[in-house]
Amino acid sequence: MTTAPAPSNRTSADRHRVRNLLLTAVTYLITLAFLFPLAWMILAAFKTEAQAFATPPVFFFTPIWDNFQRALPSYLPALSNSLIAAIGSTVIAFVLGLPAAFALAVYPTRRAQGVLSWMLSTKFMPAVGVIVPLFLLFRNLQLLDTLPGLILMYTTMNLPLVVWMMHSYMTEIPYAIYEAAKVDGASVSQEFFGIALPLSMPGISATALLCLIFAWNEVFFALNLTSADAAPLSVYIGEFKTSQGLFWAQLSAAATLVVLPVLIFGWIAQRQLVRGLSFGAVK
Amino acid sequence: MTTAPSVPVTATHAPPAPKRGIRLTPAALIWPAMLYLILTTQVPFFMTVYYSFFRYNLVDPSSRPFIGLANYQNLLTDPQNLRILLNTVVLAGGTLILTLVIGGALALLLNREFLGRALLRTLLISSFLVMPIVTAVIWKNMLLSPTSGFFAWVSQSLGLTPIDWLGQAPMLSVIMMITWEWTPFAALILLTGLQSLPDDQIEAARLDGASPWQEFQHIVLPHWMQAIQVVVLMETIALLQVYGEIYGSTSGGPGIATTNLPYFIYQKAFAEYNIGLASAAGVLTVIFTNILAVYLLKLISRRASSQGG
Repeated sequence: MTTAPAPSNRTSADRHRVRNLLLTAVTYLITLAFLFPLAWMILAAFKTEAQAFATPPVFFFTPIWDNFQRALPSYLPALSNSLIAAIGSTVIAFVLGLPAAFALAVYPTRRAQGVLSWMLSTKFMPAVGVIVPLFLLFRNLQLLDTLPGLILMYTTMNLPLVVWMMHSYMTEIPYAIYEAAKVDGASVSQEFFGIALPLSMPGISATALLCLIFAWNEVFFALNLTSADAAPLSVYIGEFKTSQGLFWAQLSAAATLVVLPVLIFGWIAQRQLVRGLSFGAVK
Repeated sequence: MTTAPSVPVTATHAPPAPKRGIRLTPAALIWPAMLYLILTTQVPFFMTVYYSFFRYNLVDPSSRPFIGLANYQNLLTDPQNLRILLNTVVLAGGTLILTLVIGGALALLLNREFLGRALLRTLLISSFLVMPIVTAVIWKNMLLSPTSGFFAWVSQSLGLTPIDWLGQAPMLSVIMMITWEWTPFAALILLTGLQSLPDDQIEAARLDGASPWQEFQHIVLPHWMQAIQVVVLMETIALLQVYGEIYGSTSGGPGIATTNLPYFIYQKAFAEYNIGLASAAGVLTVIFTNILAVYLLKLISRRASSQGG
């Protein structure tokens, strides 16, 4: 919203400016309050254990790297598991979801909206409603504590998101482009690979980012379907909490390593994130 | 369990379906995704429904007698379970209201021109991106701890007795924690909603001499309803499933003070191996989630239409 038209009266302009400055200050304060817990954690990662525990809290100190060095050996295998699970599930979700999104956007039948709604409704399914049979199935199929098992579930989580977001991006491609292609005798697959895919690249990258973040941060399936071999970062930090719970500096270093990649990605893609998070419903 | 409430509809053009012979039909493009989702969500859910009719414990997997609705009866008659249901509602409802109020205020504050606005908006999403267990760990140890936590130091500096947050006010603590996580989501969606409000509408209202409150009530709020709907719907679904934050901070305690349905089912299935009971609770959670989501959406759209008129 733009500020009101310039008032002719000098004192009212001053009052306006003071009010605006105050509101800005309040905005900064609230945002900083929201950032504080994270900043406090990252600071603690560079402290000695004594400094991290100290009351009154230590605000100024010489930063050390020891905590990161100590957290690293157990972090790296979990990092590789998280990366494989997140990237693997994102790729599969796209392979399955992109053609569906394309068909629903470019060849909408009467049932298309129903199919879309149904896909979204699978997100209404609480994980606890399916975890018991999945656990038993995974146990029988030897999928417990394996990366393929984890990728399978993360794909389920991300697939409706891919279909919805990519449908929303692909409906924005002007239909005249497809019509022109049809006149030239393009097949469905040519339309898909030649028009829809290249033109929705920005949407693809935004959606992929969102899928990666969700898979990276997932906790429930990770904790209940993996234990050691396939344990991703959420399990790593959960175990760190129990075994190193009293070592705040070290715990903070581990948590910082877990959170930082997602934070950086999220900051870069903040705008697309918002669109994705609302399934493109609020633009 | 899969009745979809009226989800926001993106406009689709309606070209005639091509009648020419093509090798790759649109239906063939949709089916793989549909099949995958059916196999990994609908099939397991029906198996959950099936298991819920049996007395089935993994400790003694050989005997699995059919007991009809006894698991449900057991769940619905134990007063302790009503507490867990109440916890689930209080946790989700409390957090939802707080995130809407704080997030709405933040959105209004951010919807002005000022120095550093883009940076603040970008940084604001941070707490939403933090893994739930990490949220729990930071809050439990470094903020809420009654001995060395930051909040304890603040209260001491103000001459107050530090509060044992997780011991004395466990539900409030968990709500605070999850509100911290979800307020940025609400704020950013609501901000996007505000930004799509045409300037000329506000200017017209101002020229007509509308007070800021009237302006908010009659122009901003009706326009905001779609964004509010999205926040309510997405948060309701997510907040009813809160798990990592509780796992990482209170483990459902003290007692069952912060046990919600997902945590309860995890305990029944993976600590007590009571598959039958956990399944019944899972079925109830799915039904409960869907009823609530549909009801909330109806409630909101009714209010929106009555105000928008």
